[in-house]
Amino acid sequence: MINKIIYKVFFKDCRENNLGLWQCPGFLFLMMGFINIASMLGVYVIVREYNVPELVVFSVSAVSVIIFSIGSSAINGFQQIAKANKMKSEFVSIASHQLKAPLSGMRWATDILLRDKNKCLSDKQAEYLKDIQENTSRMIRLINDLLDVSRIESGKMDIGLQTVDLSGILKTVIKELSSFALANNAELVVSVDKDLGSVKTDSIRIKMVMQNFIDNAIKYIGSENGIIKISLKNKGDEVVFTVEDNGSGIPEKDQKKIFDKFFRSGNIAKKQTIGTGLGLYIAKAAVESSNGSIGFESKEKKGSIFWFRLPARNS
Amino acid sequence: MDNKKKILVVEDEATLQKALNDVLVQEGYNVLSALDGMLGLDLALKEKPDLILLDVILPKMDGFEVLKKLRENDSQIPIIILTNLSDISDIQKALDLGATTYLVKADFHLDDVLKKIKETLSKN
Repeated sequence: MINKIIYKVFFKDCRENNLGLWQCPGFLFLMMGFINIASMLGVYVIVREYNVPELVVFSVSAVSVIIFSIGSSAINGFQQIAKANKMKSEFVSIASHQLKAPLSGMRWATDILLRDKNKCLSDKQAEYLKDIQENTSRMIRLINDLLDVSRIESGKMDIGLQTVDLSGILKTVIKELSSFALANNAELVVSVDKDLGSVKTDSIRIKMVMQNFIDNAIKYIGSENGIIKISLKNKGDEVVFTVEDNGSGIPEKDQKKIFDKFFRSGNIAKKQTIGTGLGLYIAKAAVESSNGSIGFESKEKKGSIFWFRLPARNS
Repeated sequence: MDNKKKILVVEDEATLQKALNDVLVQEGYNVLSALDGMLGLDLALKEKPDLILLDVILPKMDGFEVLKKLRENDSQIPIIILTNLSDISDIQKALDLGATTYLVKADFHLDDVLKKIKETLSKN
């Protein structure tokens, strides 16, 4: 029992992170504790038995040297962890950039084949080409997501704030997702305030956020006749975007983690294998770096409402 | 006599070079190709194209350098940066050096690239 607790507290993380015993901060602190206690007792014994001040000074210095070297090993361990983390971010960034080149090639090559589809492609061939193209797009989106994650982690999620017309962006997003909604039997009901005003944000990223909300609502619709209510409203000093669905909803125990990186709620992961758990994590970073806020309310089997608010520009 | 617009494509990836070439010829442009930055700069100065599509990561001389040298030479040719670098700092650098537009390759279909080319040509 105690063995298990000691293992869990001091060793488990290091074992999982492939750190050696002498690089493992947990183990080193444990050792340091023992040495501390032993040396206190030792000094006490020496003082009592011999009463030679030089001996005391010598033994205290010796113990200090040992503790100092263990301490520096521990710091070394921390540095290794930090370095590994940085290398991981760099690796993701380099690999993503390298993957983009061949994917652009695939996208453009299929673009060209589909351009003259009237000339030589059969319907089936065109259909398969479109499948290739859709899958290429999915890979590109995934890579862009990974790049964004590595930017967020290295604090480089620099966002280009410009004055943006949200209703225009929403129109494009709805157009792009309308066939996906149709295929999933979901009806999109859109309402946009006439006098919406403008906001300051990054147009590409905020488009991704809107796409993500609506895409999720369609994907996790859960019932035969899904209705998704999308609205853009002017609330004075804020513009509020909401997406309300009557889909699967999010179980209460999962609600806290919904904006965590790579988190996918258990009830939907079973039904839908597509999805990385990155969308909402990135959405949160994007909205917050535009000085906005993001959130949701959800009831399992009833549906969810996702929203973000951005400060309105009054001029 | 020949009033076809001339477009220089500076791109080292063979597939992308070929795709751009084909589609631009289909659309009735004259196309010049360069597979590295040095040749790109040479062709730009000699042939004076109406528009340049310029990659950033290139052998011999990178796209930023080509862009800088062209603008230093008082060349006003519109330049569309076409790259897969998508960091804001790269975009800002290109625009500061005098690029007309900046497109991330993987995020655009060929038709969208064509649209941008037409837009840029009609403005200049």
